[in-house]
Amino acid sequence: MTDATIAYPHSDPHHLRGMEASGVEHAGPPSKRIVTGYGFWIFILSDMVMFSAFFATYAVLLGQTAGGPSGRELFNLRNVAIETAFLLASSFTCGLATIAADLRHKTWFHLAMGVTCVFGLAFLAIEASEFADLVARGAGPTRSAFLSAFFTLVGCHGLHVSAGELWLLTMMAQVFAKGFRADIQRRILCFALFWHALDIIWIAVFTIVYLLGSAS
Amino acid sequence: MLGKLSWSAIPIDQPIPLIAAGVVLVVILAVLAWVTLKGYMPYLWREWITSVDHKRIGIMYILLAMVMLLRGGSDALMIRVQQAIAYQSNGYLPPEHFNQIFSAHGTIMIFFVAMPFVIGLMNLVVPLQLGVRDVAFPTLNSVGFWLTATGALLVNVSLVIGEFARTGWLPFPPLSELTYSPGVGVDYYLWSLEISGVGTLVAGINLVTTVLKLRTKGMTYLRMPMFCWTTLASSLLMVAAFPILTATLAMLILDRYFGFHFFTNEAGGNVMMFMNLIWAWGHPEVYILVLPAFGIYSEVVSTFSSKSLFGYRSMVLATMAICIISFMVWLHHFFTMGAGPNVNAIFGIASMIIAVPTGVKIYNWLFTMYGGRIRFATPMLWSVGFMVTFIIGGLTGVLVAVPPADFLLHNSLFLVAHFHNVIIGGVLFGAFAGLTYWFPKAFGFRLHEGLGKAAFWFSLIGFYVTFMPLYAAGLLGMTRRMQHYDVPAWRPWMIAAAIGFVLLMIGIGFQVLQIVVSILRREELRDRTGDPWDGRSLEWATSSPPPVFNFAILPDVHGEEAYWAIKSRAKQQELEKNEPHYEDIEMPRNSPTGFVCAFFATVMGFALIWHIWWMVALGFVGAFATFVVFAWRDHDEYVIPAAEVELIDRANMAERRALASQPGTA
Repeated sequence: MTDATIAYPHSDPHHLRGMEASGVEHAGPPSKRIVTGYGFWIFILSDMVMFSAFFATYAVLLGQTAGGPSGRELFNLRNVAIETAFLLASSFTCGLATIAADLRHKTWFHLAMGVTCVFGLAFLAIEASEFADLVARGAGPTRSAFLSAFFTLVGCHGLHVSAGELWLLTMMAQVFAKGFRADIQRRILCFALFWHALDIIWIAVFTIVYLLGSAS
Repeated sequence: MLGKLSWSAIPIDQPIPLIAAGVVLVVILAVLAWVTLKGYMPYLWREWITSVDHKRIGIMYILLAMVMLLRGGSDALMIRVQQAIAYQSNGYLPPEHFNQIFSAHGTIMIFFVAMPFVIGLMNLVVPLQLGVRDVAFPTLNSVGFWLTATGALLVNVSLVIGEFARTGWLPFPPLSELTYSPGVGVDYYLWSLEISGVGTLVAGINLVTTVLKLRTKGMTYLRMPMFCWTTLASSLLMVAAFPILTATLAMLILDRYFGFHFFTNEAGGNVMMFMNLIWAWGHPEVYILVLPAFGIYSEVVSTFSSKSLFGYRSMVLATMAICIISFMVWLHHFFTMGAGPNVNAIFGIASMIIAVPTGVKIYNWLFTMYGGRIRFATPMLWSVGFMVTFIIGGLTGVLVAVPPADFLLHNSLFLVAHFHNVIIGGVLFGAFAGLTYWFPKAFGFRLHEGLGKAAFWFSLIGFYVTFMPLYAAGLLGMTRRMQHYDVPAWRPWMIAAAIGFVLLMIGIGFQVLQIVVSILRREELRDRTGDPWDGRSLEWATSSPPPVFNFAILPDVHGEEAYWAIKSRAKQQELEKNEPHYEDIEMPRNSPTGFVCAFFATVMGFALIWHIWWMVALGFVGAFATFVVFAWRDHDEYVIPAAEVELIDRANMAERRALASQPGTA
């Protein structure tokens, strides 16, 4: 959108300086791509609020181990580091997919999305094996309030990644069948926002749950 | 195969729910039969059920709210009658049934009456006021509505199949945990709110994006009508608060379904965490409801006083202040938790501070009326009735915001009277004002004025006779939700409240009558100009009902009160005679996505309640497939040719010119 100025004969006495960006008159609705991206940002914010409820719960229940194991005894930082590396790398390849979509290059797009998918699956596999291992050691979510909060917070992120995988495959199929139509481009934009937002949440999970949890 | 579901789930031995459900079922079947026999089904499917038009979706939201108001009102009637006769006796409702009724009453009134009513009005009006053709995401809008309807449906299914929660409108643990509520009642509550909560979140995102991004040329933030501002504040609160509800209920679900320990008494669970989380959503929720109502009053008071809104800037500031402070007062719902004097003092003071911007608004409305040429039409009556009633509710609110006073009044009928005072006197009166004010815009004819006034007076007097006695009984020590009692001093107040409720019901009856009579006499109540009240904002600049594209040419806004300015200019310069240049208009195609998706959500919700796991998978796959099919379609828009736009617009312009040329109208 260009910020085309509309010339008005009289300046508006109700127009506060600094209230609107650069004092330019409002030019009407922007393009669909901007509106869609903006709406999706709002959704991501709401998702962050949901995660913050789970983070707050985790913080409250951190000490409530009910005589069971604490984070320090359970967390394996080496595994978590590998997990993190996979997820961050997948964000990088997702960025490459976005560039390929902008250039309307199908091969590179499918390649980059495919790698993103594999990295995401690797992340999920490590997380699943961690969960299975914890349950096998008698440290499942029903053992204590602390473990309930841990499984829910990390599992909620895992569910988001799984939903992202489903979305990713759908997008690949769509581009394969329909090409880079305008509405598909908008969906790719939203998917990329979603995938990167999951990274941001993971960094918070990594720091607050695993790093601080192993230290205490 | 069917999880916990068996024939014993149908309460054969309880006549009241069975008869009620039977009547409802007969009515639904009769309506369906009538619609099918008359051949309206294809029309309904094409024009309403699959519609993505914000006006149609808004009307469907309001219809849902009004139907649910009758359901919630029946619950209220049963509660009032029970408390009037259950003095030193068991009344006519056994405790387990009484508990379900007050839980269903609160749940339905908040989530399926107040919420859809205000969301419906925002949907209907905001795009028109902003001078645009639709909301930001039309299909998503339809999904949001149908998911809300799914939640309402599940709550009502619980009447016949199984039971509803007995835990109050907020399911406080540990009572709502599996140990103490082993039945499906709480599960009905949880899943219907999880599903309708998604619908509300979607509506919130949609409205925030619409207000912030979709405004016509020249419509800067400080030129938006007040209702758009309150919509923005309310939708921001939806986006920020509803995820907390989703997360909190999800935790309770995990406790109940998988034996987690968030809110249990054992293994380190923390009951008070539920209180904090649920009220961190719950308090913003009341502002989600009342802010749009404040916007409606602003529009109505200004229009019917024939003056601009007094203190527009301060009104904007007050709205946004309420939006922010509403997140800082949640602890006043449980001062008795024992957080200590300092914490209680901070939240008590914050609760009193939030009364300040509300007071600013009241003064602004009064000063808007001062010196104006006031017309006491029905919407204006609701607004004046609101101002008086809401001040009383606000004052008792400030009273319970004082922690020591709250220790005495906590969970008493005084509190019940307080929140009914602000929700009926604030939200419901506002919704009724908005309904009568914008009805001609939505349908092209006004509502019958005399019946509207009768409805107002019965509702107003009925409200006072019902709820003032509850204040008194609360001060005499009567706690809420009592199935029976033995204190003689409470009895007269309970009888008075029951009489008051009869008056309130007569008021509602007049409203139903008003709509029926108005439809029958629609030709004499017809509004041909699109501007029946001499309005000031852009929704009155188009015909009633507006064409599907709202505006033939998107208006160009030069100041506050956009339509008032256009009218004044037209009178002075006869500007509107110049011939506009019409262009093709692209509009989104209708789509059954919302309806089909909600169908699968209903299947999934029902299956989750009854632990029918294969059906859960079926519902999920169905919902996902629906979205993929939607994403796969090739044409998402259709074009209305310029010639057709011109034809529609010319007719309305002619009516409007005839009005503008009459002396003393604009």
